[in-house]
Amino acid sequence: MITVALDRCADDPRPFIEAAAPTHPSLIDSEHIVADRYDMVNVPTVVWIDEAGRVVRPNDVAFGSDQFKDLTGIESAPHLEALRAWVKDGTAPFTEDEARQRQMLPTPEVQLARAEFTLAWHLHQTGNVDAAERHFVRAGELAPHDFTIRRGSMPIRGLDPMGAPFAELYSEWIQAGRPYYVPLK
Amino acid sequence: MTQTNFTLIDEARPLSLLAALAGDRVRIDPEALRTELGWELKPQGLCKDDRCVPVKDRAEFITDDGVDLERFAAALHRPLALDVDARMACMGVPAADRIAAMASLNAPDFTLPDWQGRTHSLSDYRGKKVLLVAYASW
Repeated sequence: MITVALDRCADDPRPFIEAAAPTHPSLIDSEHIVADRYDMVNVPTVVWIDEAGRVVRPNDVAFGSDQFKDLTGIESAPHLEALRAWVKDGTAPFTEDEARQRQMLPTPEVQLARAEFTLAWHLHQTGNVDAAERHFVRAGELAPHDFTIRRGSMPIRGLDPMGAPFAELYSEWIQAGRPYYVPLK
Repeated sequence: MTQTNFTLIDEARPLSLLAALAGDRVRIDPEALRTELGWELKPQGLCKDDRCVPVKDRAEFITDDGVDLERFAAALHRPLALDVDARMACMGVPAADRIAAMASLNAPDFTLPDWQGRTHSLSDYRGKKVLLVAYASW
């Protein structure tokens, strides 16, 4: 397992990582490089990659336990059972064509949003906080349902990712019909 | 026109280039474009290694002050986020490129630090099954 925290620095997820005491690589992706290359729009996102570096199961929401089952409606068992079958017996979850059909593909607007986010992040790092804010806002306008951009930028902008700005984002997302990854079965 | 330092983030890689600013236009020094990004303007178009892309409106594309940044990004079909006052821009990856990469089903490589500062690449783990889990404190 490789975990990737889409957090602005190691300090934000540090309490969780220390509590987990991982023996696997626990990486920090402050610039959202993995989110961009894998077209991730929210967390958690899991991707299965085989020994040859091929994606065998594309982006999906999956949890390691049922801690959030009531909130998300997602049970952990089906994914964990499929995962065990793949790891132990090499049982592929999909054919290659089925895997491709289940990929959510980026649009030009999303790619521009990611460029705006990256610009905003670097502006913030160099102390240009006002300019950074303008470009974080622009990124959110271009990709309004991408949680990694709108919610992911809240900590660095001094907004509460658990508070009112998130509630607004969540409500918009529900009104848009909960756009997300194609449900994987 | 006086030249100033301009930061162009090439996908995620920040580059410091000489540029001339005029109003809301940024002109990048052609030599900097060649050495840092590998692109130069030739008779057949904008070229890098063996690849050339057509350039419309050459007289606007390149002047004595340099290569127009917005036109450069447009010629490569790359999304451009620009802040002239802050002297910084980010040139991203076209959706078509990402879509083609995703269709290949090859897992994109990446190199990131772990929470204790050590660097890891996905390609370090070839030969093993990998469960990639992205999460956040938010």
